Amino acid sequence: MKKAVVTVLGLDKVGITAKVCAALAETNINILDISQTIVGGYFNMVMVVDITDAKDEFDATAEKLHAVGEEMGLEVKIQHTEIFDAMHRI
Amino acid sequence: MITRNEILETNSMISEMNLDVRTITMGISLLDCADADIEKFNEKIYKKITTYAKDLVKVGDELAKEYGIPVVNKRISVTPIAIAAAGCKNADSYVSVAQTLDRAAREVGVNFIGGFSALVQKGYTESDKILIDSIPEALAVTERVCSSVNIGTSRNGLNMDAVKKMGEIIVETAERTKDNECIGCAKLVVFCNAVEDNPFMAGAFHGVGEADCCINVGVSGPGVVKKALEEVRGADFETLCETVKRTAFKITRVGQLIAREASKRLHVPFGIIDLSLAPTPAVGDSIAEIFQEMGLEEAGAPGTTAALALLNDNVKKGGVMASSYVGGLSGAFIPVSEDHGMIDACEKGALTLEKLEAMTCVCSVGLDMIALPGDTSAATLSGIIADEAAIGMVNNKTTAVRLIPVIGRKEGESVEFGGLLGYAPIIPVNRFSCEKFVARGGRIPAPIHSFKN
Repeated sequence: MKKAVVTVLGLDKVGITAKVCAALAETNINILDISQTIVGGYFNMVMVVDITDAKDEFDATAEKLHAVGEEMGLEVKIQHTEIFDAMHRI
Repeated sequence: MITRNEILETNSMISEMNLDVRTITMGISLLDCADADIEKFNEKIYKKITTYAKDLVKVGDELAKEYGIPVVNKRISVTPIAIAAAGCKNADSYVSVAQTLDRAAREVGVNFIGGFSALVQKGYTESDKILIDSIPEALAVTERVCSSVNIGTSRNGLNMDAVKKMGEIIVETAERTKDNECIGCAKLVVFCNAVEDNPFMAGAFHGVGEADCCINVGVSGPGVVKKALEEVRGADFETLCETVKRTAFKITRVGQLIAREASKRLHVPFGIIDLSLAPTPAVGDSIAEIFQEMGLEEAGAPGTTAALALLNDNVKKGGVMASSYVGGLSGAFIPVSEDHGMIDACEKGALTLEKLEAMTCVCSVGLDMIALPGDTSAATLSGIIADEAAIGMVNNKTTAVRLIPVIGRKEGESVEFGGLLGYAPIIPVNRFSCEKFVARGGRIPAPIHSFKN
């Protein structure tokens, strides 16, 4: 399984999770885990997703998520999980 | 399973603390391009570089996107041209080679190509002489070519003829580029104990002991170290050193990942990770800020050399465990013009050339990106090079000199290079002469490696 991490950060508003999840569903990315908090009005979500069967190239998905973020005034990133494993696991 | 906090920590290092992969440098050997005809040699090197590195920029950008970390520079280092071009029998200048390198760099989209270099620690070949004489013009007529000359090693001593010559070459290079902030000198490094696998410019070249092609990666992150030290403000030295070590480990792991992946995608062996903390002119990306966080009012205050020593050592200690192959210059860079905190310290008079020299005894490289008055003589520059090289020779470390005598300007004025090279205040130089010393000629023999006191 090929995994990636999606992070969403910005001012809270209605429909953030819905829109991000919809964008992921469109390209056939499965969500494995979601964790979300709101601190001082800031929405902060971290998702672990399975990109093995994604229809779009990684690049295109990243752009699409970035565009969803822009639309809602959020920062949305998708990254391969290896960078976190490399940094935090020996 | 990676925790949420770990994910957020990594991302805040990237977005708030300027963590980045500073450079992916492809080393390419040009030894097999040797030809008796310089035109043919140029054709061969152009073809080899543009073939080997054609995907370098693309892969660098892909990795940046996939892992969400900036890969700031994609660069190339080549075999020292004085060696690779030595077979050219019809050449009395290598300027055309520099122009070819420049063209190749443009073609593949890298911002610097290093290796317009000569290794003359013990003596000159005819080719070394041609190369060194070509440096001022080569750096004036090209944009992306970087040059370096190794004038000494701990095993061979110092070639003082070359030291004298390089003082003159620096002045001439400054003269030739005086309408452009003397930028040629920012692309020229004089080394003692040069390393063969350094990915950082301007001193990168691909040593003759290296494979045909390899990928070396330089990581960076002074901002991350500074931020980590904020959390342990006032704690004792053990805590301070531990914090630097842990942070260096994390930074290096990212470099290792990118290096491995880049080498896989480019089908080129992985060479080394260079663990250097390399500052940029951006606020929050400064070595001087780390000193301030450690408790020094300004870089250059008493205690700075100790602070740099512990920083350098713990970056290495943390980094070596994080990567299978560590090499290059690994340590902390202290280029003045590329670090806003160092610039401030120079402007306030806290940091002088003499203190910088002392700091180079314990840092990874040497007197780097320092602007000097335009009337500084070639002999004085040679004297500074000799001092710096002596530090490297005796202490078995790499030292380098990258000085910019800014033609037409004096102490108190400044020079603006732009981009990653930054800007620098012109700092004073000791005015007493070393001309007779430098003019002696010959070599300083290698130092004794026993009776260490």
